[in-house]
Amino acid sequence: MEVRVWRGGATGAFESFEVPRQPSQTVLDVVTHIQRHLDPTLSYRFACRVGMCGSCAMTVNGKPRWTCRTHVDKVAASGRLEIAPLANLPVVKDLVADMREFFDKWARARGQFTPTRTRSDGFAVVNPESSARREADAGVECIGCGVCYAACDVVKWNPDYLGPAALNRAWTLVNDERDGAKAARLDAVSGDAGCHSCHTMMSCTEHCPKHLSPTRSISGLKRMTWRLGKGGE
Amino acid sequence: MNGRRLWIAQRVTAMILALCVVVHLATIIYAVHGGLGAAQILGRTRGSIAIGGFYALFVVAAAIHGGIGLRTIAMEWLRLGRVSNWLAGLVALALVVLGLRAVVAVVAA
Repeated sequence: MEVRVWRGGATGAFESFEVPRQPSQTVLDVVTHIQRHLDPTLSYRFACRVGMCGSCAMTVNGKPRWTCRTHVDKVAASGRLEIAPLANLPVVKDLVADMREFFDKWARARGQFTPTRTRSDGFAVVNPESSARREADAGVECIGCGVCYAACDVVKWNPDYLGPAALNRAWTLVNDERDGAKAARLDAVSGDAGCHSCHTMMSCTEHCPKHLSPTRSISGLKRMTWRLGKGGE
Repeated sequence: MNGRRLWIAQRVTAMILALCVVVHLATIIYAVHGGLGAAQILGRTRGSIAIGGFYALFVVAAAIHGGIGLRTIAMEWLRLGRVSNWLAGLVALALVVLGLRAVVAVVAA
């Protein structure tokens, strides 16, 4: 199988490699084969190989995907594979994207849990059936892979836009009854860089490998900022 | 105006426009089916506070809604930054002036 792999930084070119097909082969297997057997200077990022850590996302045949759980069979029907770093992020080298801005935006969206209790208080009792907890549960399995961020057109057009993952994180926290920074968080996620810039194109939801719906979370934030009169006031 | 207020304004004007467009289209179809000509229609609209108020609201809602949408396009596609605010404001103002002129022409006796 011919595999074209991005080499270089922001400027660079695709380089072709011939990789043997294997049963149940993943795109990460292909990249690993190239580095171990064909060109040890190829840079890429991975850790767990089982879809938990969120570090191996790349652009595969034009779409952002988690490469460790993406089978070659599913994405290279024509026998052609083109692998590039994630879009909407600076390229460090080859398949490695610089994730700093992505995670800085989580902090800007106040993605940090702000406790309301101290260590001397008892455990909070959270009803798992409450509507707020269900909303939080629906978004809480994000692994921070950056696929949604790379798939988002608003990120591409507006570099300040916080992006689907950071806004989804904020939504899980404003629905966490133990958290004490709801108003400040709604301020942080409002306006032109925040939830109100989402055009509901659902590219994040379409591409999320964990089948989460950041679009739903962002819509929730819009409703909440309206209802509570919070955000950028 | 911050992004959140603009978003709310655009949503509220969208609700107004949804209603206005339906009433507007239904009125056109009703008038045309009734076989009314321009003179007869003007005869009915002139001096009507209800028609004037309805279309004035329609014009203002459309100007606000369209202006905010154009601001977003200017920011995201044309990358005009703060200039987008002025540009969109000017377009909205022009729409209000032109639209209200048309309303006056139809309603004023």
